[in-house]
Amino acid sequence: MTQYMDFEKPLAEIEGKAEELRAMARNNPETDTSAEAAALDAKGKAMMQDLYGSLTPWRKCLVARHPERPHCIDYVKRLFTDYTPLAGDRNFADDHAVMGGLARFNDTPVMVIGHEKGNDTKSRIERNFGMARPEGYRKAIRLMDLAGRFGLPVITLVDTPGAYPGKGAEERGQSEAIARATEKSLQIGTPVVSVVIGEGGSGGAVAFATANRLAMLEHAVYSVISPEGCASILWKDAEKMREAAEALRLTAQDLKQLGVIDQIIPEPMGGAHRHAQDAIDAVGKAIAEMLKDLKGMDAKALIQDRRRKFLDLGSKGLAA
Amino acid sequence: MNWINNYVRPRINSIFSRRETPDNLWTKCDECGTMLFHREVSDNLNVCTNCGHHMNITPRDRFAALFDGGIFTQVTVPVPNADPLHFRDQKKYPDRMKAAQKATGEAEAMLVATGEIGRTPIVACAQDFTFMAGSMGMYVGNAIIAAAEEAVKLKRPLILFSAAGGARMQEGILSLMQMPRTTVAVQMLKEANLPYIVVLTHPTTGGVTASYAMLGDVHIAEPNALICFAGPRVIEQTIREKLPEGFQRAEYLLDHGMLDRVTPRTEMREELINITRMLLGLSPAVKGDLPAPDPVAKDPKPAPAPEKAEKPAPAPSKK
Repeated sequence: MTQYMDFEKPLAEIEGKAEELRAMARNNPETDTSAEAAALDAKGKAMMQDLYGSLTPWRKCLVARHPERPHCIDYVKRLFTDYTPLAGDRNFADDHAVMGGLARFNDTPVMVIGHEKGNDTKSRIERNFGMARPEGYRKAIRLMDLAGRFGLPVITLVDTPGAYPGKGAEERGQSEAIARATEKSLQIGTPVVSVVIGEGGSGGAVAFATANRLAMLEHAVYSVISPEGCASILWKDAEKMREAAEALRLTAQDLKQLGVIDQIIPEPMGGAHRHAQDAIDAVGKAIAEMLKDLKGMDAKALIQDRRRKFLDLGSKGLAA
Repeated sequence: MNWINNYVRPRINSIFSRRETPDNLWTKCDECGTMLFHREVSDNLNVCTNCGHHMNITPRDRFAALFDGGIFTQVTVPVPNADPLHFRDQKKYPDRMKAAQKATGEAEAMLVATGEIGRTPIVACAQDFTFMAGSMGMYVGNAIIAAAEEAVKLKRPLILFSAAGGARMQEGILSLMQMPRTTVAVQMLKEANLPYIVVLTHPTTGGVTASYAMLGDVHIAEPNALICFAGPRVIEQTIREKLPEGFQRAEYLLDHGMLDRVTPRTEMREELINITRMLLGLSPAVKGDLPAPDPVAKDPKPAPAPEKAEKPAPAPSKK
């Protein structure tokens, strides 16, 4: 049973009623409610299409953060074989907010790295809600370096509210770790492809999204600051997050228009959390396409391609 | 709420606020509250002569003090799309920009210049915290790339003075993209084997710290500068814990291995000259001016001693 979000309340009511009718029919075989239930189903479907066809930026943030949305671990399980997690930054600790390791993608060995938020209370705490500490970025640097030296493509899955704002994280050089991770992803001579599968939260996301090709799921968001944070700074009122989400242009559609991402991966009707497998498969298809696109490019060309992509981001913007 | 808030506090405040004085003549140190004569402070590079607190200094004033004879040439920075997102919060972004331009007299939050320090040619860029909190948008990205390209073209080291609240929210994702973009600029310098020295000034935070400000060959900070990724208030809210004294200040970062040095502003020029000259394999800088060369001199005079040594020893203070 899906967890409904606030804006889905009317939908929840309709789907609930349809379910009730069906339950009634099961209990009293002589009553036939299938026609009514089907009518309600159709109504619910239309409403869902309506809701998800025109999600506001703030609602997209909610969908992107939905707890049942497939996370990195789900993608790795379904899309990759022989996944062999590699751990630790060889310095201080292993950060569970970042998962990564060797794996095969369509039989080709690759390095897969991503943020993992966890899917129940215990794993969420263990994964620190997908908020990485310096160790996480340093682990990613290690894995990227390894991939670069052995010619493995790097696939990153971005899903983080942001880098963890904690005392220890700061003391151990959160900013330096992020800067070095970005630097490393610009340096390696193998293809780097990245998909924002949920939340692309600021600097914590950039470190993983500095790629040759960057795709986003239809309802994923990628932003310089969370709408709540932006609202509390610019509006002096965190409750103005809807306005802030609007102004920040953080949806996949906006980012495509701004030339920041290369492609949008459509989500199943009702969001990735309703049909996780379909969403994961769509992402797998997109990754395969992006890798195919980069095939045949040598190390120098790949590094140049990445550089060019970011150097070009100084003149972009919507027409005046 | 009570008489302490409503009565006593305003009275106390009014006693202290009487110390406010006319502009342009006196400055009050933000730290120790001492009234300082304006010219004395600017002669001391906006460092309090009483407590050594480093107040904000504009890029132009900084460059005037940094370069030999205060002479520098400004490098042109390509101007980006003025309002890429059509951003509007309580004010329109272009209106905020105009206000900042009017208040500072600068076009944007970073100034790039070429010139010489101790006869060592360099490229320098400085971020202006008074201009929309020095925030990094596409212009700052362009400025850093222009500075790096100039440095590579002229084969000179780059010295960058950072000061920023972070990325410029009004440019949304495009400001965030300046993190990898400026990282590319740093890589250009590294590939050309040119020194890249970062001077972190108060405050350097957010996406700026997490990109070009933490990728220097040498990191020097001004005393007590706040340098962090997440600000202390955000952290206090997250961990619900009081942070230790001096947390995220320059000295704290030095202790935690994130900086090479903490150097007062008044000694920064000498230090930068020294470091760049050593990294470039040059002889020590000549301090002060040499006399005109005399090719036929039979008994050459010894070179003048460094400026500092020329100064007479201070007279013993009388008590």
